[in-house]
Amino acid sequence: MRNVPTVSVDRPPSTLGERIHLVPIIRGLGVTLRHFLRNLVGKRDVATIEYPEVKRQYSERLRGRHILTTKEDGSLRCVACFMCETACPADCIYIVAEEDPNATVEWEKKPLVYEIDLLRCVFCGFCVDACPKEAIIMSREHEMAFAARPEAIVGIEQLRQKGPIEGEDLGYRPYY
Amino acid sequence: MTESRPVAEQLPLARLLPSDAKLAVAQGGDGHTVLTVDREHLLPVLRAFKERPELACDLLVDICGVDYPGREQRFEVVYHLASLERGHRFRVRVPLAEDSPTVPSAYEVWKAADWFEREAYDMFGIRFEGHPNLKRILTHEAFQGHPLRKDYDPARRWLLTDAETMVPEWAKETPGGDGQFETQVLNLGPSHPATHGTLRTVVRLDGEVITQAECEIGYLHRCFEKMAETHEWQQVIPYTDRLNYCSSMINGVGYALAVEKMLGITAPPRAQAVEVILSELSRIMDHCVCLGANLVDLGALTNFWYFFQPREEIYGLLEACAGGRLTVSYVRIGGLAHDVPEDFAARVRYLLEYIPKFLDDVDRLVTSNRIFRDRTEGVGVISAEDAVAWGWTGPCLRASGVPYDVRKAHPYLGYERYDFDVPVASTGDTYARYLVRMEEMRQSLRIVRQAVDMLPDGPVITDNHHVALPPKSKVYNEMEALIWHFKLIFEGIRVPPGDAYSFTEGANGELGYYIVADGGGKPYRIKVRPPCFAVFQAYPHMLVGHMIPDSIAILGSLNIIAGELDR
Repeated sequence: MRNVPTVSVDRPPSTLGERIHLVPIIRGLGVTLRHFLRNLVGKRDVATIEYPEVKRQYSERLRGRHILTTKEDGSLRCVACFMCETACPADCIYIVAEEDPNATVEWEKKPLVYEIDLLRCVFCGFCVDACPKEAIIMSREHEMAFAARPEAIVGIEQLRQKGPIEGEDLGYRPYY
Repeated sequence: MTESRPVAEQLPLARLLPSDAKLAVAQGGDGHTVLTVDREHLLPVLRAFKERPELACDLLVDICGVDYPGREQRFEVVYHLASLERGHRFRVRVPLAEDSPTVPSAYEVWKAADWFEREAYDMFGIRFEGHPNLKRILTHEAFQGHPLRKDYDPARRWLLTDAETMVPEWAKETPGGDGQFETQVLNLGPSHPATHGTLRTVVRLDGEVITQAECEIGYLHRCFEKMAETHEWQQVIPYTDRLNYCSSMINGVGYALAVEKMLGITAPPRAQAVEVILSELSRIMDHCVCLGANLVDLGALTNFWYFFQPREEIYGLLEACAGGRLTVSYVRIGGLAHDVPEDFAARVRYLLEYIPKFLDDVDRLVTSNRIFRDRTEGVGVISAEDAVAWGWTGPCLRASGVPYDVRKAHPYLGYERYDFDVPVASTGDTYARYLVRMEEMRQSLRIVRQAVDMLPDGPVITDNHHVALPPKSKVYNEMEALIWHFKLIFEGIRVPPGDAYSFTEGANGELGYYIVADGGGKPYRIKVRPPCFAVFQAYPHMLVGHMIPDSIAILGSLNIIAGELDR
């Protein structure tokens, strides 16, 4: 603790004006009045958003619901290498691999089952970082509601990209 | 560390410590001098550490257990001691046999041992003789076994179905008619808006004055430390976000620094600067929440809104960098997950202009307001000696007049390059804690301004592919990078065997990680030293003599974060 530059924040006892409440109350009312008038007549500086009519614009890094990307022929890019399942800190990914019947090279695999338990998922993006094929990326979809727990376990059909990738609400993807 | 020569050489430990103690002294790689003591000599050694002026270890940082089932002496109790005046740090280990895991309690020497010893008892079953209240602290009464022992199955669950929970012995007794008022026992919490989480305080009231109090914590306990042992080093990062969830970035930075210390690597300069900027902004958020909630509890609602506006903007920046607002998971061991967005510096500069307006507003509304001053001045006073004895660190300690700040005392991430002051107050009451936090936010803005002006270019993660994943462009195209990638995902980072204690300045004080590695891809043991934990063990003692509304004012000013309190 030698030679630590310190700044004392001790304050002197209240002055007479402060003790009779008058000065602090006027100053305080000035603050709230300024905010009120500015929002009433001047520049509307309101912090709240009229959700759900208005939604916050998130960055393209937002980690939302996953997308399994597809190749040009519509088949999944995933080769069932189990990297995402291994990297997942929440153990929410479940994969069953099978041999790809349309493989161009020998022993190519594809996922027979690819399930993510969205209630277990912590949306950390480690699966995206772990994927060597850019087969799993994340969208910005984060408003997910389920009526029952089994509905939260989503499989290939729900996760597969719908149409061209540009049309998806893309979120977190491999960056560097 | 500050001294260049190892402390063990500078200090004649053999002369300073009791002569009959069989000591083994070594220099740890983390700047700690490591001593191994048998339990018979533990108490005299600890006492000498505290009382000898050459050692002057006034702060008991942490007590934790470690389980080594393969060893002859299965358990080890590890004490971390620090001298605030001299700046040196010691680690004292006490090996214990499995059949009698008993050590004398250090409560007589440092009051800070109270909850730390209870935690070691709860987690390992190590008994501390002479402890005034040795019972479970984080787990509940129906819990069987000791979760952090290596033979405890991580999947084992115990349900508490009995509604009858902890009732302190003193609360069962009927009062003996010693006063003219009837006394009664009251539960504050656990689920009460003013407890900011889940904390149960049992108080005995004489009229409206608290005469006795005891805290029950652990409602949010999820055994972070056990989960860390079942995951790879890198996978622990999302878990650290959930320790102090009001400033999750700081936890991740602290953890990454601890593992980097073990690995002997450092993050690139750009990553360090970004970590400083985001950590300081997180500190501002944390103080905003703490003060905002504290003021709401005292009836000053507007300040809560004023504080939450800058917080919202900072969350926006964190989200733009990391992809998550609350649980950022942005740091990686060896740097950052990816570089900041292009408009990062501009956004930080905007925040530097934006945040002070709201601080000024709150300042004008509250700081000299008589109602607020009357409610907080002289409430929850703690002296500097008591605060240190209880193991306090951070803004609460500085409010009692001790200018201890890890960023100054043991700089990390290049904090020594930034020009900032440590705010201190002398009164140690709730008002002083408010003033210290207000000033700390302004000091944090100073640091951020300097850091963003000096923000270096370059990579944000180490190119050591034993530690960090190779760039994706290489993984897609190069065989070697793909192999590194595979190995790192499937085997994890290989951290060399050993242990280290690494500490940073969290929003509430010293956030420490004591890490033991066995050379495998997963941590052998991670002990978090949460600042909140040490602060809150003093809370029931501070309540005595105060009224119920004061207890709420004190609680808010200490900043309870259940995530790091209960882990």
